[in-house]
Amino acid sequence: MEHVSPAACGACMTVPRDSVPIAANLVLSLPTAHCASCIAGVETALLAQRGVRAARVNLTLRRVMIQADPDTDPAPLIAALARAGYEAHEMDPHLLTGSERLGRDLAMRLGVAFFAMMNVMLLSVAVWAGGEGATRDLFHWISALIAIPTVAFSGQPFFASALGALRAGRLGMDVPISLALILATAISLFETIQGGDHAYFDAAVMLCFFLLLGRYLDHRTRLIARSAAEHLSALEVPRAMVLVDGLEVARSISDIKINDLVVVRPGGRMPVDGVIMQGTSEIDRSLLTGETLPVLAGPQTVVSAGEVNLTGILTVRVIAAGRDSSLHRMADLVAIAESAKTRYTSLAEQAAGFYAPVVHLLSFAAFGFWMWQTAGDWRVAINISAAVLIITCPCALGLAVPAVVTSASGKLFRKGLLIKDGTALERLALVDTVVMDKTGTLTMGSPQAVDFTSHPEWAVQVALALAAGSNHPLARAIVAATLARPADITQITEVSGYGIKGIYRGQEVRLGRADWCGAPPVDMTATYLRVGDQTHAFTFEDQIRPGAKEAIAAFAAMGKTMYLLSGDATAPVQALAERLGIDHWTAGALPAEKLQFIHDLNRQGHHVLMLGDGLNDTAALAAATVSISPATALDAARAASDIVLLGHDMAPIADTLRIAKQARLRILQNFALAVIYNVIAVPLALVGVATPLMAALAMSASSITVSLNALRLK
Amino acid sequence: MNILVVLIPVSLFLGALGLAFFFWAMRAEQFDDPDGDAARILRKDFDDHPQE
Repeated sequence: MEHVSPAACGACMTVPRDSVPIAANLVLSLPTAHCASCIAGVETALLAQRGVRAARVNLTLRRVMIQADPDTDPAPLIAALARAGYEAHEMDPHLLTGSERLGRDLAMRLGVAFFAMMNVMLLSVAVWAGGEGATRDLFHWISALIAIPTVAFSGQPFFASALGALRAGRLGMDVPISLALILATAISLFETIQGGDHAYFDAAVMLCFFLLLGRYLDHRTRLIARSAAEHLSALEVPRAMVLVDGLEVARSISDIKINDLVVVRPGGRMPVDGVIMQGTSEIDRSLLTGETLPVLAGPQTVVSAGEVNLTGILTVRVIAAGRDSSLHRMADLVAIAESAKTRYTSLAEQAAGFYAPVVHLLSFAAFGFWMWQTAGDWRVAINISAAVLIITCPCALGLAVPAVVTSASGKLFRKGLLIKDGTALERLALVDTVVMDKTGTLTMGSPQAVDFTSHPEWAVQVALALAAGSNHPLARAIVAATLARPADITQITEVSGYGIKGIYRGQEVRLGRADWCGAPPVDMTATYLRVGDQTHAFTFEDQIRPGAKEAIAAFAAMGKTMYLLSGDATAPVQALAERLGIDHWTAGALPAEKLQFIHDLNRQGHHVLMLGDGLNDTAALAAATVSISPATALDAARAASDIVLLGHDMAPIADTLRIAKQARLRILQNFALAVIYNVIAVPLALVGVATPLMAALAMSASSITVSLNALRLK
Repeated sequence: MNILVVLIPVSLFLGALGLAFFFWAMRAEQFDDPDGDAARILRKDFDDHPQE
C-alpha cells in the first residue's frame, strides 16, 4: 500500500514564495504618492482600466505593480493615473527582480547575524561578569555552536568579494574584513578547545552584523534608484518597412542596406539616416537637437534615426543604418564621454585604500614583535595580532558612508529625487558650476496653449475638431487645453506638412501654417485657424518647469556659475535665459559641442553639475562630475545621469546641493570618529591588554555614534 | 548552577523560534512595504468584512 505522509502535504503549503505577490508584468513609478488615499486612488484608477487584473501599490518604493494581460500598453494606464491626479512613469520590471532577490538575501543574512549576535552576547556577558572554569568553557562552546554557522552563512558576501579582490590582485576593504572574521572565529575555537580565557565569538558575529548592515543600507539606496536605468537601444526601432519591388516588407534593421527605400508612417520613429524621396511631413527633432518646434520636411530633406515623423507618410532612401546611423554615433559619443571622465574615487574607497595596508601591517608587526618578545610563543602572538585585527576592523568605517547616504537619499527621495549612485552625493557636494539644457529640462518640453479664452467659443470648437485626429504637438496641445465640445466637421483631411482641413457648415476650414491659411503670421509659436475669410492665431509657449526660477535663484545665492546650453534657436534660448536670470547662454549647440563644453570646464578644474534630458545631452551628462535628469527624459539620458528628478517640480534640486554638502561633512566626521576609536583601542591591543569586552565596547560604541551622527542630517 | 541546564536550552529554543518567524516573515514579504502597510490600515474599504 502506498503511504502518503501528511507532512508531504504540509510541505507543499509552505513552499517559499520567492516572487512578488502578484506576478507583475508592468511596473510604474509613482513619485508623488504618499498616503493612504493615494494607494486607494491609484489602485482604483488602475483596476478600472481594461486589461488590468490586479494592481498593488508599494508606498515604500513609490511604485505600483500591475498584473495585466500580456501586451497591455502602459501609456493609457499612465494617462488614467494622470487624470486621477497621479504622476506615473514606466519602469522595466525585468531590471527590478534580480536586485530585489539580492536585497532579500542580504536581509536574511543580516537577520541571522542579529539573532546570533544577541545570543552570543548574552553568553559572553556572563563570562565577562566572572564566569570561570567549566561554566566559561560551556558558554564558549555554546557560543561556538551559534557563531561558527553564522559566520559561515552571514559572512559569505564578504568572503566572495574578498576572493574576487584577491584574484584581481587588489586589497579591498573586504580582505581585512574576511581575515578578521575567519581569524577571530578560528582563534576563538582554538582557545575554546584549549579551555582558554578569551574567546572572540561575540566580536566575530557583531562584526558580521554591523558590516552587513552597512552593506544592506548601501543596497537599498541602489534598489530604490534602479528604475532609471535603461539604454540607448530602446530608442532604436527594431524593424522597418522596406519597399521591395513596390511592396512593403518588414525587415530587421540589421538587414537594411544603403540605398534601400524605407517607408515611415506618421507617429513612427526614423529607423535609419536617409534622404526623403517622396512625401511631405513635419518632423519632431526635439530628442536629438532640443528644437521645440517640428521641422517641415519634403523631398531631399535629410533625416536622422531617432527623429519622429509627425504628419505624412515618407519614403526615405537609406544613407546609413544600424552601426553607422547617427543614433549609434551618439551612443559612441556617450561611451567616449564616459571613458574620458576622470574617475571619481569615493571617500569610502580612499579610506579603504589607506586603511587596508595599515591594518595588515599593524597586525603582522604585532605578531612579529610578540613572537620575538615571548621567544616563539605563537599562541600569544597570534592572539594579539587577531585582537589588533578585530579591534581595527572597520565597523564604523563600514557604516560611515552607507548610514549617511541612506539618511540623505531617504530625505531626497521624499523630496522626489532618486539617487542612482551612492557617490553622487559626495560628488554633488563639490559642484561649483551648473550647466543646464533648455527644452525638457528648464521647460516642460511640450507647447502649451496660452490665450485660449480670448477666442470665441465656436473657433475653439472648430480648432478642437480639426486637431483631434492629428499627431502634431501643437494639435495635441489644443486638445489638451480645452474641455469644449468639438464642432461638427466633415471631410477632415491632414495635408502633410501644412495642416488639417475640413468642411464646417458648408465652408472650408483650415488649421495649420500661416501661409497655408492666409493668416498674418505672429511673432510666437502659433497655429492658425481659417474659417471663411476670418483667421485666428492660437499661440503656444513652452512652459517653464515649475520650481525652475526658485532653483536658479538658489544656485545664484550659493554662488554657482550657471550656463544655459541649448540646441534650440537663439531667440527662445535668449528669452529664457533673460527670464530666469542666467548670464551665460549658448544656442544651437550640437551634442559634440555640449560634450566639449563640459570637457573644457573639467579641464579648468571646475566640478560641473549637468541638468539635461535629451539624446543631445547624453554625452554631456556622462562627462559631467554629476548629472541630474528629469523622469520625463529619454532612457539614455536617465541612464547616463546620477540623479533622477521624479516629479515635475525642479525646486528640490537646489536643496539637494545643500543636503549633499552636509552629507559629505557627516561622512568625514564619521571617519574621524572611527579613527578616534582606533587611536584609543589599537595601542591597547598592540600591548596585548585588549580583552573581548573591550573589543565589543569599541565596536558597538563606534557603530552607534557613527549612525547617530548620520541621523543628524537635516 | 543546575538551572543552567534548563535555561540555556530554553533561551536557545526561543531564539531559534524568533529566527524561524523572521525567516517566515522575509519569505512572506512582510517587510516589502512598511510605509504602505502603515497607510493601508487607515483605509475604510475592508472595515466591515475582509477582502475577497
